[in-house]
Amino acid sequence: MISLVHYLIVSILLFCIGVAGFLCRRNALVLFMSVELMLNAANLAFITFARFQGNPSGSVIAFFVMVVAAAEVAVGLAILVLVFKNRSSVDVNEISLMKG
Amino acid sequence: MELLITLLKVLIIPMLVINLIPLLIWMERKVSAYIQDRRGPNRAAILGVRLGGLIHNIADVIKLFTKEDIVPAGANKFYFILAPAILMFVSFVAVAVIPFADTITLNDGNIFSFQLADLNVGLLYILAISSLSVYSILLAGWSSNNKYAFLGGLRASSQMISYEITMGLAVVAILMLAGSASLNDIVRDQGPLPWHWNIFRQPLAFFLFLAASYAETNRTPFDLPEGESEIVAGYHVEYSSMKFALFFMGEYAAMVIASAVTASLFLGGWQVPFFSTEALRVLAPDFLPPVAFAALVQATVFLAKILFFCFLFVWVRWTLPRFRYDQLMRFGWQFMLPLALFNILVTGVWLLIVP
Amino acid sequence: MQLFFFYLFSLITLSGAVLVVAHPNTLSSAMSLIVSLFGVACLFVLLAAPFVATMQLLLYAGAIMVLFIFVIMLLNPSTNRLVKRLSFGGLLGILISSYLAVILVLRVVSFNKPEEVAISSDYGSLREVGQLLFSTYLVPFEVTSLLLLVAIIGAVVLGRQSLPGGRS
Repeated sequence: MISLVHYLIVSILLFCIGVAGFLCRRNALVLFMSVELMLNAANLAFITFARFQGNPSGSVIAFFVMVVAAAEVAVGLAILVLVFKNRSSVDVNEISLMKG
Repeated sequence: MELLITLLKVLIIPMLVINLIPLLIWMERKVSAYIQDRRGPNRAAILGVRLGGLIHNIADVIKLFTKEDIVPAGANKFYFILAPAILMFVSFVAVAVIPFADTITLNDGNIFSFQLADLNVGLLYILAISSLSVYSILLAGWSSNNKYAFLGGLRASSQMISYEITMGLAVVAILMLAGSASLNDIVRDQGPLPWHWNIFRQPLAFFLFLAASYAETNRTPFDLPEGESEIVAGYHVEYSSMKFALFFMGEYAAMVIASAVTASLFLGGWQVPFFSTEALRVLAPDFLPPVAFAALVQATVFLAKILFFCFLFVWVRWTLPRFRYDQLMRFGWQFMLPLALFNILVTGVWLLIVP
Repeated sequence: MQLFFFYLFSLITLSGAVLVVAHPNTLSSAMSLIVSLFGVACLFVLLAAPFVATMQLLLYAGAIMVLFIFVIMLLNPSTNRLVKRLSFGGLLGILISSYLAVILVLRVVSFNKPEEVAISSDYGSLREVGQLLFSTYLVPFEVTSLLLLVAIIGAVVLGRQSLPGGRS
């Protein structure tokens, strides 16, 4: 039978892959995607705990997380498009320079 | 046994959709011909049998199968092949929650339903799955390495995202009335009397949903992603042979799904006008078991409703001109979206006042 | 049967996630992310949360990722060269995250394994989640709508902003 631990391990691995991507990659778009991976790992953990406690609140929290992610992506991508217009690059190493 | 029945359903229900496609293509050609005062396809024949032009589809199939399959230079091959596959996948997966007839309670207490899965989030499932079809068009446009295709892909994505919101909001009013997102519950809630169907209870939601579904399936007046007169053929300009046929079939499969969902939500689905399931079972002739007769009649009526909406698709396509792009966006965001929100408000107030 | 599906969906999720991080082409990363999100949605279904699963498809795959792909296609950034020769920082990142994974997994494995609680057939349905959303969690719900409003305004303002030098 599948236990709590099974799902939690998947969640942990997903989160750590996200962390690795965030630390390794220098492409701002991929950084965003890594954040999405981490948020999904958190969602998975929420739903898992909800299931194993029989408490439906986990679904609600996961729903909130998705809404926040949508807001984050909308603003983040708008900023990114502007940055790209200015610098023709989405590499965070180049963006980090203050000089225009 | 249960697994076997499910497998049979998995085989039969998508087959139904596939077999409706040539019928629709024939219907499109004939209806467009009569609207333009022509005769339509009437030459292809097997041993003199023309079937009113239906044989022409067989000639089409042979032509498409034997054409050269071209992948343009500079195209991203993987996504180029993936794109039409996604479109067909989406169409066949979405049909899983559509009920074709009333459920039957078997002798051993089990319930047999004429749909693949009666999900309690059925309606949301259809919205979610059909929202995936935008990837097919985006990827096709991008991977073709052609600027017309790319323009078509970008147009399609912004259009489909915009109209999806209206579609979702129009459906919310239906959910509020039925109190359930399961399509079977929504159909049962409407009852056999035609004036209780949602098309009369929610006329505004019906028109919003219909218009949004035309936009989602990229049919005229919302066919800017294809726009033959502006961007050649839009996202599938580089496709040939069977890959093109998949896009072609995918469009009609999407029409079938959209018609089936519209019929279920607004036209009472499998409800036979004036005859409830019980009445049908009483009326059954001797040579058929009552439940089978009821299911058969209901499925036939549902199919007729689907074909009616498909006909509406064709009729609209050959009657209305195409929107301009800014008109399309303004129409979606500044007209349809506020109307959908207003409809939800009115429905909510109505539900509060009328117990 | 359920165990088989669990492993299948976990495999889809995790391999999709690895490809997101490792693929040099940004568009392929985004497509792998969609696959991964799809896998997570399937896991949600296994966890008796169909509402969240459909929302995952509708919101993430249907809206957020379309935005991503739209931006990627518009910008068309060159494939990332930093992946081929991994920098010191990148190596450190991998080490840190694997360390994190190892300690977390070791900690979790030592949990005593609770059995699945019996749940009603209504669990995780639209009705139940909706009732919670509009009673217990009404205030957070309204706050998220405010957040979305702010995000919309922010995105519009950023999108309309004209840049110095006459470009817009």
